[in-house]
Amino acid sequence: MNLILFTFIVLLGFTSYYFGRKKAYTIQYTKKRLTALPQFYGYYLAIWCAIPAFIIFSLWAIFEPTIVKLLILSDYSNQGYLDNELNLIYEKIKSLSRGQFTGEITPFIEASAKKYINLRSIAQSSKVVIVLSAIIASGAYAYKRISSNSRTREPVEKFLKAVLFTASLAAILTTVGIIFSLIFQTIDFFKVIPLFDFVFGTHWYPAKAFVRDSSEALDPSMYSDTFGAVPIFAGTFFIAFIAMCVAIPIGLMSGIYLAEYASIKVRQYAKPLIEILAGIPTVVYGFFAALTVGPFLKEIGNSMGLDVSAESALAAGGVMGIMIIPFISSLSDDVITSVPQSLRDGSYAMGATKSETIKKVIFPAALPGIVGSILLGVSRAIGETMIVVMASGLAANLTLNPLESTSTITAQIVVILIGDQAFGDPKTQAAFALGMSLFLVTLCLNIVALRVVKKYREKYE
Amino acid sequence: MNKNKEQLLNKRYKAEKRFRLYGQSAIFMALLFLIIFIFKIFSTGYSAFQKTWLIVPVTFDAELMMLEQNPSKEDLKDADYYDIALKSMADLDPNANENQENELKRMVSYFFEREIKRELLNDPSLIGKTKDVYLTASDDLDQVFKGNYPRDLPEDQRRVTDYQLKIFDQLVELGKVESKFNLSFFTYPDSREAELAGIASSFMGSIFSILVCLMIAFPVAVLAAIYLEEFAPKNRFTDFIEVNINNLAAVPSIVFGLLGLGILLAVFQLPRSTPLVGGITLSLMTLPTIIIACRASLKAVPPSIREAALAMGASKMQTTMHHTVPLSMPGTLSGTIIGLAQALGETAPLILIGMVAFVNTIPGSPLDPAASLPVQIYIWAESAERGFVEKVSACIMVLLGFLIIMNLFAQIIRHKFEKKWS
Repeated sequence: MNLILFTFIVLLGFTSYYFGRKKAYTIQYTKKRLTALPQFYGYYLAIWCAIPAFIIFSLWAIFEPTIVKLLILSDYSNQGYLDNELNLIYEKIKSLSRGQFTGEITPFIEASAKKYINLRSIAQSSKVVIVLSAIIASGAYAYKRISSNSRTREPVEKFLKAVLFTASLAAILTTVGIIFSLIFQTIDFFKVIPLFDFVFGTHWYPAKAFVRDSSEALDPSMYSDTFGAVPIFAGTFFIAFIAMCVAIPIGLMSGIYLAEYASIKVRQYAKPLIEILAGIPTVVYGFFAALTVGPFLKEIGNSMGLDVSAESALAAGGVMGIMIIPFISSLSDDVITSVPQSLRDGSYAMGATKSETIKKVIFPAALPGIVGSILLGVSRAIGETMIVVMASGLAANLTLNPLESTSTITAQIVVILIGDQAFGDPKTQAAFALGMSLFLVTLCLNIVALRVVKKYREKYE
Repeated sequence: MNKNKEQLLNKRYKAEKRFRLYGQSAIFMALLFLIIFIFKIFSTGYSAFQKTWLIVPVTFDAELMMLEQNPSKEDLKDADYYDIALKSMADLDPNANENQENELKRMVSYFFEREIKRELLNDPSLIGKTKDVYLTASDDLDQVFKGNYPRDLPEDQRRVTDYQLKIFDQLVELGKVESKFNLSFFTYPDSREAELAGIASSFMGSIFSILVCLMIAFPVAVLAAIYLEEFAPKNRFTDFIEVNINNLAAVPSIVFGLLGLGILLAVFQLPRSTPLVGGITLSLMTLPTIIIACRASLKAVPPSIREAALAMGASKMQTTMHHTVPLSMPGTLSGTIIGLAQALGETAPLILIGMVAFVNTIPGSPLDPAASLPVQIYIWAESAERGFVEKVSACIMVLLGFLIIMNLFAQIIRHKFEKKWS
């Protein structure tokens, strides 16, 4: 039904475009001057026809279920049901009205189901009537307003501009959405678990909270020593550190080589090839780390008499480092190429070799940009999920031994939220609290990095 | 003195050479990783495109199938195939005891009676006759035949028994084992049995998610980019939007998964595990990528075009819509394709919104539960069966193939249609 009405509105919008244009042509035919091109009259009419109807239509679609629910449940309001019991009753009524409910039915509920069907059909027909009359009313109004000296281009363009502006708000809305989705659960979480225990506690066993029977009352003392995030934060930064140990030397050196030494031909082939590494999905890296690198490291370790876990921080961090190489190499390549040639020439004129010029002149000049690119790489490493989930362990050990398994913020979020989750459970809320800390950390890194890179660009432009 | 100078110079030249070598070896290392990586994936994955079949003589005994005289098509569909299927497997070794008969049954796939049923439905005249039927071998025997299975392990450490191996080797000698192209890998949905698992369900899930993502992200991003590049006044609010966009581009993908879970599923009550929710989540992720690409290509359109249109009396909106935007389309489109390629490879946000659920039907619309290709990789990689390892690699090959095609397409659009100004 909704779909039919929606298509109808769209079709009517299109046809009214032709009506508007036709009226403009008739005006033109009577030798009167138009104030805008004929198609603007068409757009004008189409917007007037479709947009009010569309707004009513969507508002109706949003509010209809809530209103119907209120009307139905008003019959039950004086019977002393709890909120979730009411919800359950409403679900029963709904499935009964679809004829899918099998179970015990009281006559009262059956009556409500009949009322539900009744209300729905009233709502449907009144929606159609109201939407259609809105189309006719606003369309007729606009059609009457079209005359030789009516302004149509300005309102149409204003409308378009408003649409463009609304679209540009999408970015802000997304950020707001992220903050909203995280903040409520996080606040609820810190109501049960003190912030101090979360930030400084050294034991992370969310599984302990899961065993709890849901009917039990919330007892904060049960969770002491369950949600201490120190091992997770430590693991996150440790794995990111290992990744950067791989990515910085290789990425930076290849960036320098590509910018300063490589011939055009080498650059032409090597650069896109290295960038392929950035395009490979992270789940593929994760599989590679778990299947190849982990067992390989274990074998090497065993042959040297070391006890290496098959899911070691080294495997996850190392593979993550490979993934980050192209980010650092192409950004530092860009930064180094934008260092002005005059600095190089000056250095050569003093008799410096190429490597001396790079180390003593270009590198210091490009340092802010390089630091920015490294910070962006660190932010990637902290936010990377699949490699850690698949290649490093899921148990949160507090360790600095790269051969043992550790866990990260992202991996814990996945572990907690995979499968069914119950909102309101401290364990689920813990995942959102972790997400919040991840978002804040990466946000700071990104803002600093972007600012540094921007400042640097402006310096040499 | 002179000698000292020469030594110093030599030292400096050596340092120069060394530095150059570091650079070369860094590039070499990066490329080496890439090569090892691709080699590893291909060498483990190529065998998944072959499937092992056992050719087993089946006697279509009407009595065992509970069929009456001259059965109709409906009767054939409802007939009992399990007994003849069991019997034909047991007949492979006439003097097998009960345990061994069980082992014989487990040499073929879990649904082997369906393959027998299909054979009869194709040719109803087979009743009462015996015919060689192709049956899918169990995943372990499949691996044995491909040589991926360590046969020299002690028996209690492997899933294939010595007895099964003995019968299998006899069949191989008789030429009753055949390897054919694995079409079912592309046409079957996911399954718990490695030999029957295919990528059709996750593939369709990916396609639906990407379509939803494209339908939301592309229009919104292009409109936003047009506003920011052509109409927005330079003020703090515009700066704020810009900071937001740059930031969103660097927010970890899993945070978008939390957004999908916390807002789309919990507040808007959209159906869990569906490509619709996955597509919306991915579109929020791709939005900044497309906006940035579209703005860059709008910026690349020279001001002279705009000035010429304005001089001819076009309004600002007409100038933008008729001239600037069409000229910027190649860059925007290639940016969009690259953004979609990123979204196609994304896993973590989809896991959080429940697209990891086991789905053994092929989704027909964005509202059906589904997985996606990268999530399928994750699901299979976490499975213990040996048969899934090659499936994972093969799935990766399919995914990488799509990514390569999309990126090539983006390159072609950029080089073919983009105008070079100056």
